Amino acid sequence: MSKLNEESWLYTISSKKKLIDFNFKEIWHYRDLLVLFVKRDVVTLYKQTILGPLWYLIQPLFTALTFTLIFNKVANIETGTVPPFLFNLAGISIWNYFSTCLTTTSDTFKSNEAIFGKVYFPRIIVPLSIILSNLLKFGIQLLIFIAFYIYYYSNGAAIAVDSSVIFFPFIILLMGLLGLGIGMIISSLVTKYRDLKFLVGFGVQLLMYVSAVMYPLALMRDKLPKIAWVVEYNPLAYIIETSRFMLLGTGTINGFGIAYTVIITFLILFFGIIIFNRTEKTFIDTV
Amino acid sequence: MSVILKAENISKQYRLGVVGTGTISHDLNRWWARIRGKEDPYLKVGAVNDRSTKADSAYVWALKSINFEVQKGEVLGIIGKNGAGKSTLLKILSRVTIPTTGEIKTRGRIASLLEVGTGFHPELTGRENMYLNGAILGMTKAEIKAKEQEIIEFSGCERYVDTPVKRYSSGMRVRLAFAVAAFLEPDILVIDEVLAVGDAEFQKKAIGKMQDISKGDGRTVLFVSHNMAAVKNLCTRAIVLENGTSVFEGATDEAVDFYLSQNKKQESIPLEERKDRSGNGDFLFKDISILNTGNEALTSLLSGDFYKIKICLKTIVKQTDVKIRIQFIDNKGAVRFLCNSYFVDTKILNLEKSDSNYIEFQIAKFPLPIGNYLIQLTGVSTDGIQDDIENALEFNVVGGDFFKSGREQISKEGVLVEYTFKKVFEQEDLD
Repeated sequence: MSKLNEESWLYTISSKKKLIDFNFKEIWHYRDLLVLFVKRDVVTLYKQTILGPLWYLIQPLFTALTFTLIFNKVANIETGTVPPFLFNLAGISIWNYFSTCLTTTSDTFKSNEAIFGKVYFPRIIVPLSIILSNLLKFGIQLLIFIAFYIYYYSNGAAIAVDSSVIFFPFIILLMGLLGLGIGMIISSLVTKYRDLKFLVGFGVQLLMYVSAVMYPLALMRDKLPKIAWVVEYNPLAYIIETSRFMLLGTGTINGFGIAYTVIITFLILFFGIIIFNRTEKTFIDTV
Repeated sequence: MSVILKAENISKQYRLGVVGTGTISHDLNRWWARIRGKEDPYLKVGAVNDRSTKADSAYVWALKSINFEVQKGEVLGIIGKNGAGKSTLLKILSRVTIPTTGEIKTRGRIASLLEVGTGFHPELTGRENMYLNGAILGMTKAEIKAKEQEIIEFSGCERYVDTPVKRYSSGMRVRLAFAVAAFLEPDILVIDEVLAVGDAEFQKKAIGKMQDISKGDGRTVLFVSHNMAAVKNLCTRAIVLENGTSVFEGATDEAVDFYLSQNKKQESIPLEERKDRSGNGDFLFKDISILNTGNEALTSLLSGDFYKIKICLKTIVKQTDVKIRIQFIDNKGAVRFLCNSYFVDTKILNLEKSDSNYIEFQIAKFPLPIGNYLIQLTGVSTDGIQDDIENALEFNVVGGDFFKSGREQISKEGVLVEYTFKKVFEQEDLD
């Protein structure tokens, strides 16, 4: 065979695994599948329920209400000039986006075993579709946040949108990518070591307490200086603190913290893609 | 013609037993070997995939050194018994998993139909699922839209297309799924016995469509099946797999003959010592013979005569609720008819531990026309399938006068049943 012929193979199914095997062209070919998966997830979630998409709103509203009662009224956590309910609603909406992204992507291989075992398509489409469909849900939750924002603002609450709010989409993107990265790592490992499934369940719950969701970062430094580093090294805490600063003008914004978060996010994402790529090729033999 | 797909030295190793304990230690061993730049220690071990023998290694080769090339526009059949490695090869071809060694190079997009209706969501309507399923199989939205009407027409589900799929009958679901798959237009199509779905009318339609795809459109197709009639019908060339290795490659007719003759080779070995069996093995078939009224064993029979099929089996432990099935299979691989002890015996059959239990089926008028046949023998007890031999006995029917009409038998299709015929002159004669 001539050399030209050897080179004209479209692709090779090989036993050799490349470290990074990321075929953008192929993912682009499957873009319609991505859209259809997102549509499927959004449309079918609340089928045959009475309240339908209202559930997207009920969850954060009731959690915020509970948090306000427990943490602010009972435990007296100070949220400064910002109404505690609004403070919690902001934290919870953003946290929920992260935690659903993480828990759902970490189940990618297990819950799609039937499809993955029969048909090939770039597996990363599935976690990507989860990130996107949750982004839509987050968008709806953001609308309800804006409604309450206007309500409190017109009642004279001391809240102000910071001009840095134009970077808010980037912060949310960062949150999504972090959830995607961690989720992909866990989903890959869970195919072989099922123990992780149990870890994710309560791990995410515990993680919330060290991510500055229901308290300001400054309060942690103030009250528990010895273990405040746990929160300070947590990129999630920075994301939540920064977005609260952007939306409500409360808390601190820290250039170093943001840079640290961006670096950590991309490291995790990079590592996640590598391990996900390695797993997708043989997981059907081990799952 | 040009080579569109080339498989070089494909092997696939599987771990036997439960993946669980020991995986971390094996993983660490592998990793340590790789760090030192050595070969994977577990690649050296591994037995040939012969299900019936006891394994002496924790690893097994489901495929071993498979090489083949596929020309553009060719319809390649892959045939072999259960466990020969067909499905593993398909999984590798469709990129569901990767081979342990070797590589497959391709010049075209491969779409695989290992199952129809993959990814159907019960809450979505037929139309929505059509798009979703099509996209999963690699079509773009525009491609599906262009064929939407054709797909709906082919499926015959027009009335229900905007109803959620959960309200569909299973047959309708399969029709819709097959319709989507049939309008795929990949360079290489991999099909795994999806023909065995739907009712007779739809199967005919499906086979017709398959023929159109392979013959009319000049598409490259890899077709995996153990339905010899379908293989002969569709394929231009075939590969025979046995225990994970390729044992024959060539023209379809020769390949099918080779496959059948390979089955025949097993014939001379006594049933008890045969290796080509599956099941738990709590009881084993020792012998099977067809006897006439004079208790003579025969392999050439006459239609319409009285025969007894006597089976001897060895029970290793006491068996409860035993069901014995004999299937009469023609040379195209189709089951002509079957006898199941459970269908006719009103008592529950229990067998004590014994070296030789004898059971007997009696057929008053043997219903098969002229031809060559195999008997597949299957035994089930409360614990599941105990023994199953695909060609326990081979025999032929050489003639006979089933209807006692003195006429020569012409038809070789189906089975013979008793019926009468008369000419009716008046309306009242009908009653």
